[in-house]
Amino acid sequence: MEVPILKQGPYLIATIQTALHDTDMLQLRDALVAKVGKFRSRGVIVDVTSMDVMDSFSSRTLRDISHMIRLRGAEMVIVGIQPEVAFAMVQLGLMLEDVPTALDLEEGLTFMNQRMKVPWMGEKDRKRPRAI
Amino acid sequence: MRSEEKVPIISDENIVTARQRGRALAAQLGFSSTDLVLITTAISELARNILLYAKRGEIVLESISDNGRQGIIVVAQDDGPGIANVDKAMEPGYSTSGNLGLGLPGVRRLMDDVKVLSRLGEGTTVTATKWKR
Repeated sequence: MEVPILKQGPYLIATIQTALHDTDMLQLRDALVAKVGKFRSRGVIVDVTSMDVMDSFSSRTLRDISHMIRLRGAEMVIVGIQPEVAFAMVQLGLMLEDVPTALDLEEGLTFMNQRMKVPWMGEKDRKRPRAI
Repeated sequence: MRSEEKVPIISDENIVTARQRGRALAAQLGFSSTDLVLITTAISELARNILLYAKRGEIVLESISDNGRQGIIVVAQDDGPGIANVDKAMEPGYSTSGNLGLGLPGVRRLMDDVKVLSRLGEGTTVTATKWKR
């Protein structure tokens, strides 16, 4: 089952469904990395609200995707990690490390909008609080 | 009463099947939503281990009851290369696959009890149990 990717202004929104195979996940990775270039997107929001499992493979792949998106000059945020899934991830020792997360799609969009407002900051501007 | 279900693990699609069957069985037994995710995640890790190390094998899902306690047993068995050092494989961070090394110690944290039987060249059987609280 392919993951649908919607274009919303400067962002791409990918909504992951429950029964995702490993190959679907890798397909999502390739599609996002390509579409960021095709649509000149500034941000990618990956919605995992309906994912009932985040195992080592899916979390590692999401982390890889996030790094690749960053290398392509855009930002990625994961939204919708459910409470039970968060608990299982911590038990399993899974960390998304430097991948930003937000509560839901709405918060994810707010996060992206804030990110986009902040221009590149030079050394002089370092003291200014940085939008999260 | 015992019920048993076998799911062959040959491709990554089977991981999803094993996960869904296990979740359905655990839900039927009345596990909490948190436990359902823990059990499902454990099945996912065990099934992936089979594909990763042995290429093929099976996941057996069983319900058990002991003195009024109910639980689920997830058995992951394969006739792959086996594990040279089971104790070492249970250590956090240990991995021979360049994986994250979460496999077995991770499953141990998700389930109540994990037993590993392995013989080099003959295969591995991991039995993971979770009791209903």
